[in-house]
Amino acid sequence: MHFLAAGDLSTALDARAEHPEAELLAGGTDLMVEVNLSYHRPAGVIAVRSCEELLEWEGRRIGAAVTWARLEDGPHRALGQLARTIGSPQIRAAGTLGGNVATASPAGDGLPWIAAVDAEIEVASRSRGTRIIPWTEFFVGVKETTLAPDEIITAILLPEQMPVSQEFAKVGVRNVMVIAMVNCVVARGDDGFRVALGSVAPVPIRAYRAEEMINAETSISDAALTEFARIVSDEVRPITDHRSTEAYRRHASGVLARRLVERCLAA
Amino acid sequence: MTVGTKERVAAGIGESAPRPDGVAKLSGNFAYGSDLWIDGMLWGATLRSPYAHARLVELDITPAVVMSGVRAVLTQDDVPGRPTFGQVEQDQPVLCDGVARYWGEPVAIVAADDQETARAAVEAIIVEWEPLPPVTDPDQARAAGETYRDMVIRRGDADAAGSVVIEGEYETAIQDQAPLGPEAGLAIPDGSGGVDLHVTTQWIHIDHAQIIASLDMEPDDVRCHPVGIGGAFGAREDISLHIHVAMLALRTGRPVRIVYDRTESFAGHVKRHSARMRYRHEADDEGRLVKVTVDMVLDGGAYAHTSHAVLANASFFTVGPYKCDNVFVDAAVSRTNNPPAGAMRGFGAVQVCFAYESQMDRLAEALGLHPLEVRRRNALGPGDPMATSGQIVEGSLPTLRVIDELEAIPMPDAAIPDDPRRLPGGTGLTTPKDAVVRGVGFALGLKNLAFSEAFDDFSEVLLVLTPAGLEIHTAAIEVGQGLVTICEQIARTVLGIQAVAWVSADTSQIGSAGSTSASRQTQMTGGAVYEAAVGLRDKILQQFGGDELTNDGVYSGGELVATLDAVTADAPIEQWVRYRHPPTEEPDEFGQGNPHAGFVVAAHRAVVDVDPELGLVRVVQIDTAQDVGKALNPQAIVGQLEGGIAQGVGFAIMEELILEDGVILNPTFTDYLIPTLLDMPDVGSRLIEEPAHWGPFGAKGIGESPTISSTPAVVAAIRAATGRPLTRVPVRPQDIAGV
Repeated sequence: MHFLAAGDLSTALDARAEHPEAELLAGGTDLMVEVNLSYHRPAGVIAVRSCEELLEWEGRRIGAAVTWARLEDGPHRALGQLARTIGSPQIRAAGTLGGNVATASPAGDGLPWIAAVDAEIEVASRSRGTRIIPWTEFFVGVKETTLAPDEIITAILLPEQMPVSQEFAKVGVRNVMVIAMVNCVVARGDDGFRVALGSVAPVPIRAYRAEEMINAETSISDAALTEFARIVSDEVRPITDHRSTEAYRRHASGVLARRLVERCLAA
Repeated sequence: MTVGTKERVAAGIGESAPRPDGVAKLSGNFAYGSDLWIDGMLWGATLRSPYAHARLVELDITPAVVMSGVRAVLTQDDVPGRPTFGQVEQDQPVLCDGVARYWGEPVAIVAADDQETARAAVEAIIVEWEPLPPVTDPDQARAAGETYRDMVIRRGDADAAGSVVIEGEYETAIQDQAPLGPEAGLAIPDGSGGVDLHVTTQWIHIDHAQIIASLDMEPDDVRCHPVGIGGAFGAREDISLHIHVAMLALRTGRPVRIVYDRTESFAGHVKRHSARMRYRHEADDEGRLVKVTVDMVLDGGAYAHTSHAVLANASFFTVGPYKCDNVFVDAAVSRTNNPPAGAMRGFGAVQVCFAYESQMDRLAEALGLHPLEVRRRNALGPGDPMATSGQIVEGSLPTLRVIDELEAIPMPDAAIPDDPRRLPGGTGLTTPKDAVVRGVGFALGLKNLAFSEAFDDFSEVLLVLTPAGLEIHTAAIEVGQGLVTICEQIARTVLGIQAVAWVSADTSQIGSAGSTSASRQTQMTGGAVYEAAVGLRDKILQQFGGDELTNDGVYSGGELVATLDAVTADAPIEQWVRYRHPPTEEPDEFGQGNPHAGFVVAAHRAVVDVDPELGLVRVVQIDTAQDVGKALNPQAIVGQLEGGIAQGVGFAIMEELILEDGVILNPTFTDYLIPTLLDMPDVGSRLIEEPAHWGPFGAKGIGESPTISSTPAVVAAIRAATGRPLTRVPVRPQDIAGV
């Protein structure tokens, strides 16, 4: 098995080009669980967590290897809120936003935020140089993305216009250290509310119909919020599995979205 | 002659003596089973059935045998002796006998130079299965006559009738003990055909008996040594890897280590029985029970293990700590293709407590009584006959006092907390304060002490007094609950000697101490230490003509007549005892008689904050009044109360193994959730000291009580907050939200 600890992005990209079969290791909080659970031995490992370029966080550009621990206290309120729900302090010291994007679990807690703020995924490779992929084109299925085997996620790019308020919530049966049954981000900008949810479809989704409905209201009444929650519940596409039921996930999606709109309004 | 100082010994009974293993555990220096290591050892791994029920069509080990670094690949054909094991019935094959009867059943075992090779070899084995339809419904199995045991209790008048009738059906899911330390064993051949087995366990002698039978070896040729245990809760009362690792070591002639990973641990030990219980309570206008009628089925899974005794407990404790003259129980434990069930903290008393306490709450509601008032009116006490067996309660049973003392514990601040982490949903930030409804619930629980139904229950201890102090030799297993501390305290108090050390003995050195389970070790091994210490003291006093033994030596009339050095100058002084509790009886065919050695009672009050719309819960506080007999170590007791409550809270709102066609869907700590610090409520406790009629200083075992009634108290509190019936545990968000 090949193992390379890349000290910079250039080295990592060379290795990635030469060994597209190798796994990328950033925080290892997904990869190592997978290795341990399945006794899966990776064909090779390229460790990128020491690549300076991936650790940079400047304005609209969040380096892919920025850890949850750093995001917890950052300027983006909902991102901080969600970062604080991920695993334990040890997990948050290791796990990264780029890793969350790369794993593309339906329950990934960072993904609804990316969807709510309409972020883009910056990727790089030797063959294609830098690509900037809208989140809507990046996530294509359960743990499936359009990242090519020789590419590395380098950053999450935020739009110029960030929402003025943003709120996150996540439902699980335990009050900390829990995989989401439903997670939700509501962001409010000049153009109105954006509502994104996770764990309720193969990929993070936006509740566009519900957004359209609530953004058409001139003053948001209790009845409107009730209708809004109903549409969100209708719009999500959850399944029943060992973590929850389809019916509960629909219900909770509506409740969370409504409560987060109320929190944005109160902010 | 000199006059000594006669200082009172420190860290005797009644004090919160520190644990001798405490610093080592906190600093990471304690050697747990998973730390077992010896140079040159091989690594073992296990091939398991991917089906809950399947016929083994082909098993070809050749591809594994020929792998480089693989030293042995063994199947059922290689079991030297009895091909099956089991504590009560020997019905489980050591390795698959041609049909797999549960998901994860061991099929073949491998020893290799390293862990990765061992696992690769397991994957290389060619195995072809013909899946068979699994029996997963315990009611269906019972109807087909597939039961390990059926219990019938007939007491009183079947025609008795009450003016108030409460009927209910209740269900409890499968809880896992989830000990943090996985199953671990290291077998070392002794070079002359024997083997030393170091293994995680709760009862090394019952392991030993099963191991030598399957290895077809003489008792002296297999020495079983206990190792450091990282939690047990019943999961280690039955054999897991013991025979496997010994077989591999004997075959290869080299030390072999097996340590289960987390998923394997979930597959590899018995669990709490799931239960379906149909109850009918009849009471008079004052709420006094007139008749209780119960039909229940427990799911015993694929093999017997301790299902017989678990069913007996569920049956005998089916009414709880209450009086009732007419009781009719039909109960069965079914054989299915679900994971084998066995011992877990509370041992059958947990499932029925959820049902009978739910019934008592409904009875209180029907009569407009406070939940504790209806319990007061029915409270079982000393001299009363048990509702089920008719056995007269001997010794102490302070049911009324636990109710009174529970009520005296202050309630938490009535204000809903501001800190979002202390609201339902916790760090998930789901729930604003104004969405929270508070509820309060109560429950009482009853449990037997030690083993029942005429089981020959004993514990052996050897005390050795040397110039360095006293040694306690025993095979009793410390699983983290504090047995070592308690026994040392007892010895210090009886003998007046300060320096006391625990010597963990193997099976060749001493007889059985019985299981570390059934709330029994404080009374049984503690009782053995007490009795041996009294014998040792009397022997010394007689020999040296004294009337008092202290840390200085033997006194007579206030004068020191022999120092401890002088006492032990010729040879160490020894005292061996085999301690038994008062005998119990086999009940008759209608469950009548004296099956139990004594009882312990506890009460819990839960205060919960609920988000009814999302169905999320934060348990704010649980208070408990616990019958302890005598508090030998108050801090150790509080540790048990808090730990037991954590496990009870877990069962109330999150802990459940989810099965599909007998396959466990959540065998990881990602998806089998146990409470974290943030889910753990504040705990208030009162210890009720009314001495037991046997055991050291009147102490009672209290390891199980905290788990039994904390679960129904939490559910009662959620019901109080939401009005939902909640007839199943764990309560899930969708049950509360009603979606």
